[in-house]
Amino acid sequence: MLGKLTIDALPLYSWVAMSGAAVTILGGLAAFILVTYLRAWRSLWTQWLTSLDHKRIGIMYIVLALVMLVRGFVDAIMMRAQQAFSLNSEGYLPPEHFEQIFSSHGTIMIFFMAMPFLTGLINIVVPQQIGARDVAFPFLNSVSFWLTAAGAGLVLISLVIGKFSQAGWTGYPPYSGIAYSPGVGVDYWIWALLVSGIGTTLTGINFIVTILKKRAPGMKLMRMPLFTWTTLCVSILMTFSFPALTVVGVLLGLDRYVGMHFFTNGDGGNMMSFANLLWIWGHPEVYILILPAFGIYSEVVSTFSGKRLFGYESLVYATAAIAILSFTVWLHHFFTMGSSANVNAFFGIATMVIAVPTGVKVFDWLFTMYRGRIVFHPSMYWTMGFMVTFVIGGMTGVMLALPPADYLMHNSTFLVAHFHNMLIPGALFGYFAGLNYWFPKAFGFTLNEKWGNRAFWLWISGFYLAFMPLYILGFMGMSRRMEHYNVPEWQPFLMVAALGAVLVLLGIVCIGVQLLVSVRDRKTAMDITGDPWNGRTLEWATASPPAPYNFAVIPQVEDIDAFADMKIRGVADLRPTQYEDIHMPKNSAIGILLGGMAFALGFAMVWHIWWLAMACLAGALLLLIIRSSNDDNEFTITAGEVEAIEIQRRYTTHKIATDRPMTTSGLPDGQTMQGRF
Amino acid sequence: MRLFQKLPCFLCLALLTGCSLDKAPILNPKGPVARAQLDLLLTATGVMLIVVIPVFIMAFLFAWRYRASGGKGRYSPDWSYSVGLDAVLWLVPTAIIVMLGYLVWTSTHRLDPYRTLTGTQAAIEVQVVAQDWKWLFIYPEYGIASVNEIAFPSNRPLSLRITSDTVMNSFMIPALGGQIYAMAGMTSRLNLIADNPGRFAGRNTMYSGDGFSDQHFVAQALSDEDFAAWTARVRQSQRSLDAAAYQALAKPSVAHAVEYYSGFEPGLFEMILAKYAARPKHSATISGQ
Repeated sequence: MLGKLTIDALPLYSWVAMSGAAVTILGGLAAFILVTYLRAWRSLWTQWLTSLDHKRIGIMYIVLALVMLVRGFVDAIMMRAQQAFSLNSEGYLPPEHFEQIFSSHGTIMIFFMAMPFLTGLINIVVPQQIGARDVAFPFLNSVSFWLTAAGAGLVLISLVIGKFSQAGWTGYPPYSGIAYSPGVGVDYWIWALLVSGIGTTLTGINFIVTILKKRAPGMKLMRMPLFTWTTLCVSILMTFSFPALTVVGVLLGLDRYVGMHFFTNGDGGNMMSFANLLWIWGHPEVYILILPAFGIYSEVVSTFSGKRLFGYESLVYATAAIAILSFTVWLHHFFTMGSSANVNAFFGIATMVIAVPTGVKVFDWLFTMYRGRIVFHPSMYWTMGFMVTFVIGGMTGVMLALPPADYLMHNSTFLVAHFHNMLIPGALFGYFAGLNYWFPKAFGFTLNEKWGNRAFWLWISGFYLAFMPLYILGFMGMSRRMEHYNVPEWQPFLMVAALGAVLVLLGIVCIGVQLLVSVRDRKTAMDITGDPWNGRTLEWATASPPAPYNFAVIPQVEDIDAFADMKIRGVADLRPTQYEDIHMPKNSAIGILLGGMAFALGFAMVWHIWWLAMACLAGALLLLIIRSSNDDNEFTITAGEVEAIEIQRRYTTHKIATDRPMTTSGLPDGQTMQGRF
Repeated sequence: MRLFQKLPCFLCLALLTGCSLDKAPILNPKGPVARAQLDLLLTATGVMLIVVIPVFIMAFLFAWRYRASGGKGRYSPDWSYSVGLDAVLWLVPTAIIVMLGYLVWTSTHRLDPYRTLTGTQAAIEVQVVAQDWKWLFIYPEYGIASVNEIAFPSNRPLSLRITSDTVMNSFMIPALGGQIYAMAGMTSRLNLIADNPGRFAGRNTMYSGDGFSDQHFVAQALSDEDFAAWTARVRQSQRSLDAAAYQALAKPSVAHAVEYYSGFEPGLFEMILAKYAARPKHSATISGQ
């Protein structure tokens, strides 16, 4: 009846595992009690969980990302603590537990922290940036989110029921095959990736169509804001690369479930195919994580330098070049697999070529600052921290792109330091910059800057302390993923790295405090104008938070910096002569129900509960039929209602504006909104 | 400046670096292969600094000079393009990459791990088998085998044929040169050479399960006399690696002690490889009966 699921699946084997499970359960319980206490179940369901509004889906993505960031970071600091003290000793984590931790850390940070974070920002911002009222397929958007959440749920529940994979986040066979990993861990990993991967593919398709079809009149491709450009490139990468991950997951699943030998030892199975397929997805994935951050940096650096972006066309072509080249370099993840010198050299050179457009981008941002008026908002700090730190990662990346040098550094902590050096400043700092930058747009009040700055300084010093020693340890011959070691010279560096992790922890605490303090002070930090930073792109033309329809009247775009241009021409605040009826998608519970089905399907497959899996598949099919046969899925906001909302907004804006002087932290001293232009 | 907050940390690092980097095997290569690979690494780093240093300088300089709170720099909000600058921004990195690309092409061929090294004497061939969680070394030339200890004459190039009787491993002796994967059913090759007699650490760098952390071995480059003594010592071992002994050895074991075998099953290495070969059609029917 319950397949392989027995009472032994509970984590009673070690106190560390038990406390992990307890924290997960208590966290869920606390959330449940809080919602019940606030009597918020109804409004949570009607306004959030079933919402098809891209802004609300975006916010839910980011909430998921922040929760998973904490979970993934707990893994990280546990690993640092283990390695700091496990010289010639077992430390406090047995190998099988340490292995689950590094596997879940990577899986969570990439699939369930970074992916939802960037998708959330894209969701909130891109439709507004292109002057659209929603994404092309609002229902599909909800399905994407709930599939991602279902995948995250599978990873979370693996902490309570059964074990997570011990095969690393890349899950290389034959180790991840059934012969060497007979438990349910790898199955959890496969199903979490399959379920969320389909969600990501759908997101990619959704945003390609949204950006290509829903732009405001006048917004030619070469007038799209950089963040929209990077989103377009990323959506294309998602759509083309994630199927490779789905295929590799399915093939590995066939090996494990029905005894095939695509990748496993024996009967001519070939593990090298797995490495190729995985990284054909995996390298574009790196740019899926980084390019949106590049887009954010472009927006932030231009806004807070009070200046047009330098080399807009260069930045666009560089983005597109990176996106295309990202498909041509996957083999550099395994130069040491014994390919011929010709093959290795080809992929080494292809890899280095990517450094050219990337370098151009960094210089373009620097020259955007040049002759600007730079305001040091937390977003700008994150951006500058990124520029300085990222070039170090780029340099070590070029070092690793030389195949003979890679033979020395592959699989070492140098490699670990390198990819963290790319992904923390290159992606996560960007998401934090975006969070600080667009938060008022999503919620109607600005984030506290003091705590934002504290978070930044702790994160960046923590980053250097945590990862520079790992570079050095790589030179000292330390391999990654070691549960303990016997080389005394390594220990001081590992202790410094652990100290770095502690600083990052404080940085995360500061972000939490920043959110709390900002919510507490929201009345004084209200963003009544909708444009707190003197923004340049269209998302700042809407109210903060925007009305459900974003734009009462779709704007006419005449410039790259569409909103800045409208402000100069004095048409940003014009009252339209007449309003129109606006059709918006109705809420739908099908998205969350499909997510629930996907979660139960994954769980059933992990534990071989076949009847439940069949039931979930049938249920999902039924839900899709119900949704497809329902034509009544839009509602209308009448012109009158739109006018009422818009007049109310103008009234509030002007009333408060005359009540107190309009100073915004985004403006240099003494300049008013109008005086700026 | 808040930056000073970071300064003590860097000083601290520098101090630590001074203390123990002399023991870092990658920075102190003991053979020509590792030395050439390190040289390449350093050359590339040097070339990259052409780009990295200006970024550092410009980031801090621009941030200071153009800060809104009292920066001295001129403000031109519409200045957003310059053909000359754009050309420099594309062409300088391109030139660097062309340079490095040439370096990649030549060095990857020169330092191909499959290429046999020419020394004053013929290479010594050792067959290497990765097991859970130890390394087996087979000496076809001498008819002996050892576990977790590899010895070779320092004046002869070392030619390794590597496979795995378990999951994917990666064989590396950091002081002598880069690594290569060990994969079941396949042979990979690695050619190394030591400058002088010495004792080096080697290990599996590719995570392979619970015993991974202890999967290291000793690599000894020996003078001719010492190597002869070593082979003699191995030959004195009472144990021989016949098929049954191999079966027992191949079972998972953690932190396996060094072992010597005075002989081994003929064709052992090929047998290990053949275990994972695709099943021929007729054998499928045989096992089906």
